[in-house]
Amino acid sequence: MNRYLMKIYKNRLLSLTITRSLTTSRRLENIPYTSDRYPHLKRGDFAILQDYDIEAFKKILTNSGQILSSKDEDLSGYNTDWLKTVRGKSDLVLRPKSAEEISKILGYCNERKIAVSVQGGNTGLVGGSVPVFDEVILSTERMNRIINFDAFSGVLTCESGCILEKLDEYAREFDYIIPYDLGAKGSCQIGGNVSTNAGGLRLLRYGSLHGSILGLEAVLANGEIIDCLSTLRKDNTGYDLKQLFIGSEGNLGVVTKVSILCAKQPKSVNVALLGCPDYKSVLETLDVAKGKLGEILSAFEYMDSTAMEMVRQNLGLQCPLDKYPFYCLIETSGSNASHDEEKLNTFLNNALDGGFAADGVLATEPSKVNSLWQLRERIADRGSSPKASMAYDFSLSVRLFDELTQILRRRLGNLVSSVSGFGHLGDGNIHLTVELEWENSKEVQELLEPFIFEWVAEKKGSISAEHGLGTQKNKHINLSKSKTAVDLMERLKDHMDPKGILNPYKTLP
Amino acid sequence: MALRILVGCKRVIDYAVKVRVKPDKSGVVTEGVKHSMNPFDEIGIEEAVRMKEKKLASEIIVVSCGPQQCQETIRTALAMGADKGIHIDIPAADLSKVEPYHISKIFAKLATENKADVVIVGKQAIDGDNNQTGQMIAANLDWPQATFASKIEKDGDGLKVTREIDGGLETINLKLPTVITTDLRLNEPRYATLPNIMKAKKKPIEKKTAADLGVDLTPKQQVISVEDPPVREAGQKVEDVSQLIEKLKGAGVV
Repeated sequence: MNRYLMKIYKNRLLSLTITRSLTTSRRLENIPYTSDRYPHLKRGDFAILQDYDIEAFKKILTNSGQILSSKDEDLSGYNTDWLKTVRGKSDLVLRPKSAEEISKILGYCNERKIAVSVQGGNTGLVGGSVPVFDEVILSTERMNRIINFDAFSGVLTCESGCILEKLDEYAREFDYIIPYDLGAKGSCQIGGNVSTNAGGLRLLRYGSLHGSILGLEAVLANGEIIDCLSTLRKDNTGYDLKQLFIGSEGNLGVVTKVSILCAKQPKSVNVALLGCPDYKSVLETLDVAKGKLGEILSAFEYMDSTAMEMVRQNLGLQCPLDKYPFYCLIETSGSNASHDEEKLNTFLNNALDGGFAADGVLATEPSKVNSLWQLRERIADRGSSPKASMAYDFSLSVRLFDELTQILRRRLGNLVSSVSGFGHLGDGNIHLTVELEWENSKEVQELLEPFIFEWVAEKKGSISAEHGLGTQKNKHINLSKSKTAVDLMERLKDHMDPKGILNPYKTLP
Repeated sequence: MALRILVGCKRVIDYAVKVRVKPDKSGVVTEGVKHSMNPFDEIGIEEAVRMKEKKLASEIIVVSCGPQQCQETIRTALAMGADKGIHIDIPAADLSKVEPYHISKIFAKLATENKADVVIVGKQAIDGDNNQTGQMIAANLDWPQATFASKIEKDGDGLKVTREIDGGLETINLKLPTVITTDLRLNEPRYATLPNIMKAKKKPIEKKTAADLGVDLTPKQQVISVEDPPVREAGQKVEDVSQLIEKLKGAGVV
């Protein structure tokens, strides 16, 4: 029986309620326009699209299907984000196939001062991936070519519209893996990941994109193509310009090509899911794991019982352990199975004997490893839940994770259905998901923001560990960055995009 | 009821692994590839453990045939709740020539020797996909059989089994001793928890060979070649609906 059939069988069993449909739980027409929801936001003095603009684009994008107009198509998917919290009013989607086409488009937009919203997989969680008003949507979805893979050095060069999961499958053919991974892998594109400096589940082991991206090609607001597409691990010749584009959320340029250093596929991957009686035990488990697993540790995630309950309720995924207040999901990756197993057994014995873990399960086979990861990766997946959700992402001292979760629970009380705390404990990055009824969204947001940002700032954390600022947090940037730093950012933006046409209203306040 | 249950667990390539055909077309690559327990056998062990928890069964013996690594598969079953294991040692090189026919003879012998009341095996293994072993075991023992079981219940002195068949569900009564093969909907197997994995290390695993049981492993079939399924021909991508209609018209389909 092949793997595909087995997956179908298992999915039928496990997923009676799994529907990945994004539209059944809330109709897109019911989502308020961002501009209505935040009346203080004012549209910049950008040009309003005219027919002759569309004619000009048609001369640049000559293949059919490259221009989508609201007159003929339903653009609501492009105008709305994954969380269904923001909605723009764009009338035009452009889908270029090359950096040259983007260069011509931006050259034209810059002349005419037409605002542009750059979009990859549209999986962002801070309202940065869709227009705020009527910005033209520039989608990279057609730029999905893998250009080259050097199987000896492990350097993969590809266009920015490639979907992460496809890249990872491709790399695995050559016994390599993409050095980062996130729950959105089936839809997110590498250009977007680079532009937001995505962290993900394996940052602990493979580091951030600032390290693994070796080079990129980007188009500036005026259409200039900047070629920094190097495949060298070390290259100290001049200013490292690619770093400007990594994490600047499309503000400074549109990333069109990327070269990334892949990691060798580990021979042995094991995952342990442990149940912990309290938060103190979670921290002790982390400490012991770092000590006893050391170099083979490739992920350390935690989740509280509310988060585990959410995946059970919304997606029908069963936790193999009894109910515990906290769970730790620990992954090891190594080149030698018996060596890793020995280390793991020592660690697990320690954890159980020391009482930090009350119980646990261990998965060594790929099928079981995947099953356990689902419990963590799909927490943000609403499944068929009709409720709304709000997501937060902070860098904070790990000692404070549970305290923050409890503070939120107390503050929001009965106004919300649940507050889940989970995240990349090993990186000091907490995620919080608030589940609530749609009609309470405004009230809950007012209760939470800026309270939660100010609390995190006061504890010297970051208001956004990996999700970025987008439109959700840009006005609070001063809570995490000094005035002088933000000033310099604004000066850089002015210099690189003087008319401010790239992703306006986002990232900077 | 205090049934003694013999459960078969086959060590197969893990279903999440991409299978590759050997260049000489003699089989698939198994060296260095992640293996795990056949999912249908996992369901079998789970059912046996549940029967023990319901006090229908008193002892669970798990059997696996193959090279030394089968002992890992047996340990997983022991960690799930089986009491003891029997490893029928067959070297990896010879394993590819062993057929359901031979396995059924081994199981028949073990069932008699161990005075088993029920033999549970998966309906098929995900590598061979034969769906023959359970049926052949019953034939060798001249026992009744219930294949594709999705529910097993006590019924007086025997068992009542619901089977998944093409037309729907069939419920039959079985006298003991009997053979049952498991289907997907019978249960959802538990994960072995760490304390149980520790306990399982102390449970006994007996090692035998097919020869010890008087079973001859001479193959009755010969695999001529193993090939990849034909590569799907590239389709044609169209940019939009009007192009699609153009192509369909061109192909004379519309």
